[in-house]
Amino acid sequence: MRWSLILGGVLAGLALVAAALSFVWTPGDVLQISVAEKLQPPSDQHWLGTDQLGRDMLSMIMMGARTSIAVALVAVGIGMGFGVPLGLIAAARRGGWLDEAIMRGNDLIFAFPSLVIAILITAALGPSAVNAIIAIGIFNIPVFARVTRGGALPIWTLDYIRAAQVAGKGAGRISLQHVLPNIANLLIVQGTIQFSLGILAEAGLSYVGLGAQPPTPSWGRMLAEAQTMFAIAPHVAIVPGLAIVITVLGLNLLGDGLRDALDPRLRRSVP
Amino acid sequence: MHDRFTVPADGTSLLDMRRYVIHRLTALGLSLAVASLVIFAVVELVPGDPASYMLGTGAQPDTVAALREQLGLDRPWPMRYAGWIGGVLTGDLGYSFTYKTPVAGMILDRMQVSLPLALMALVLAVVIAFPIGLYAAARRGRVGDTLAMGVTQIGISLPNFWFAMLLVLVFAVNLQLLPAGGFPGWGHPLAALRALILPAVALALPQAAILARVLRSSLVETLGQDYIRTARAKGLSAAQVLTRHALRNALIPVLTILGMQFSFLLAGAIIIENVFYLPGLGRMIFQAITQRDLIVVQGAVLVLVAAVILVTFLVDLGYALIDPRLRK
Repeated sequence: MRWSLILGGVLAGLALVAAALSFVWTPGDVLQISVAEKLQPPSDQHWLGTDQLGRDMLSMIMMGARTSIAVALVAVGIGMGFGVPLGLIAAARRGGWLDEAIMRGNDLIFAFPSLVIAILITAALGPSAVNAIIAIGIFNIPVFARVTRGGALPIWTLDYIRAAQVAGKGAGRISLQHVLPNIANLLIVQGTIQFSLGILAEAGLSYVGLGAQPPTPSWGRMLAEAQTMFAIAPHVAIVPGLAIVITVLGLNLLGDGLRDALDPRLRRSVP
Repeated sequence: MHDRFTVPADGTSLLDMRRYVIHRLTALGLSLAVASLVIFAVVELVPGDPASYMLGTGAQPDTVAALREQLGLDRPWPMRYAGWIGGVLTGDLGYSFTYKTPVAGMILDRMQVSLPLALMALVLAVVIAFPIGLYAAARRGRVGDTLAMGVTQIGISLPNFWFAMLLVLVFAVNLQLLPAGGFPGWGHPLAALRALILPAVALALPQAAILARVLRSSLVETLGQDYIRTARAKGLSAAQVLTRHALRNALIPVLTILGMQFSFLLAGAIIIENVFYLPGLGRMIFQAITQRDLIVVQGAVLVLVAAVILVTFLVDLGYALIDPRLRK
């Protein structure tokens, strides 16, 4: 269905535009505290209202988009950077001990409740956006390794791969020149899904104080700060939450749409 | 697989099952060993050494030295790991450094909140997901299906802690139907159950959305099979085919997800317990982190991880009993 591609693109695009725009312009200064203007509901002056320190919420959301996107993007990068080569190696050495070792290692990481370990890592290394990236990124590695291996295995049985082998190409070159381009679609779709999961994970870690630290604005921390005031000023909790939902929903729809557009036969196994 | 132990006909499946169980048990042991090593290693990674980390920068050198000795930090790490695991195997998770009580006892106390919460959420997720998944599969390709899947798409995108805040806003602050947080203890069973309703709903809804989607796609796939056509051809109604034939066969992927969700629910509960100020395992882990009580963090995380690994093992074993094809 094409509409999910368009709607997803628009919704996810909102966050990207907000983050990009925040580098050159925000409606207010996010470091500007003005207690006299605190907890104002949305108005002409402050489109999304102000928070408990009188800061403009729209500006905070725009700056927070940067953090969310940066953390999720780098975490996906870590996952792909390690996971894809591991998956390619496993597929090239299918059935061998290296394949077995890589896949068993994957299963082990999969068995861990990721959030618990992310919490443990950030607790030990100290809470920061960088450590949140590492914690989320580690759990992306087995996901990409598995998807890569699964996508690469059927390609290795095709005739043109045999032809390439006969022509004297090694497993490494075949993986890079023939296998990788053929599973790029798969990786893009999985990347979109992991991106949305990364945004949710970052929000969760920041919410419990283990993600981005002040003064870096972050959607999760905005929600944590709203915790004690949302009974009197609901918008301080509703606005950052909606930002997360819209972005994650957009990425999920985009992932679905891309999957259908790039390969109708492909089915998303586990959401 | 062909080896000399394989006997034809009925004996095969029994041997398969035994081999499968042995294989899974080995994997279970390995997973638990690696998990404990990882947790041990992460705690070793704290800046400085665990003793000075726990006491903070203002501590007297002799206090640090005393704690260092109590923790046995002068010994090499393999011995400390062995000592820790030896304790764990006999139910001794060490003494909390802030509360001066055995960590195992603290965990058991907190489990009385976390376990019922996770179970309530799991039941709720199933109760919400099944009607939606069945409905969407029955109406596949039509407006009802699209609508139902649209709703689940939103459900998947909800951060559960935010959803929890909205629930508090509506049901506790505005309607004043349910408590906004806190836990009265099981001495007041009714009040205790009421305190767990909102947290359980917040935990359950995003999981229900995932479950409903898996159930739908699994049902749709099953409904395309030949034997379904046969069942229809012999005169069964669409509803009968769906509930009697398709549902049963569509359940295996659903069970997989359900097993995985237990891990999500335990981990998700960590954050939700903080939203509702529930004295569960998750909140204990956070308090221990802020108090730098590494012994409690280590013990509680180990228990959580071990619980998840055990559930995964039991689910795997469960399938093999249901479906002989999976014993390979």
